[in-house]
Amino acid sequence: MKRREFLVSTGATLGLAALPAAAQKFQPVQDIRPLIAQVTGGAAVESGGIEVELPAIAENGNSVPMRIKVESPMTPQDHVSAIHIFAERNPRPSVATFHLGARSGRAEISTRVRLAGTQKVTVLAAYSGNRFRMKQVDVLVTSAACLDEAMAET
Amino acid sequence: MMNGRLQVPPSVKKGEPFEVRVLMQHPMETGFRRDMNGKAIPTNIVNQVRVTLAGSELFSAELGTGLSANPYLAFYAMADASGELVVEWSDDRGEKGRMAAQVTVA
Repeated sequence: MKRREFLVSTGATLGLAALPAAAQKFQPVQDIRPLIAQVTGGAAVESGGIEVELPAIAENGNSVPMRIKVESPMTPQDHVSAIHIFAERNPRPSVATFHLGARSGRAEISTRVRLAGTQKVTVLAAYSGNRFRMKQVDVLVTSAACLDEAMAET
Repeated sequence: MMNGRLQVPPSVKKGEPFEVRVLMQHPMETGFRRDMNGKAIPTNIVNQVRVTLAGSELFSAELGTGLSANPYLAFYAMADASGELVVEWSDDRGEKGRMAAQVTVA
């Protein structure tokens, strides 16, 4: 019990570093920087202003609830125009892109994502006026989506 | 034609954000699964979602294989006048879905 607690807590804080080998076997971490650069076009990416609600430990990687809140007045002059989600260990790291505007009123999205293993989930927000902000969150996934178990399931 | 659920508040205040919830019934096949004979099941995901309010675009999304089966989306919207909120989506096979709800500005 103590050992398990230790593994879970270190896994949640250190993220990828403290993982059991079996969880790392299937999907290698991919470099998502090119994907981010594709969105930003090389513009600087700041941090802050993004709140991401994700469980620290997700038991089922096939459906992980996720809520994103981006700080913005959401006026025609100053609003969030898009929110991107990237999961570096997923076979296809581009999870989703949402396009918003001043008529959204609030830059807030809830959805459910698949995560193929413990990883960092990246949220990139694009603001009007070509500004960008990013937030990364560690999620420990005990039962990964895709691949191995998906095949066993069928 | 695909099914799903669309939920908006019974009435909204003018210019005040309200939450729109969308649930689409779709397997979101990743293309990584195999059937009983070991044959790969082709990828089929809802790749495009478009939401309009009274005819003008409000929200859109491009989804990937990283979204769960029966994708759920919740987002915010504002209305100046009553109108119909329409959610349209299409998947890799070209199948389309459409849901509509009346937004009433009180």
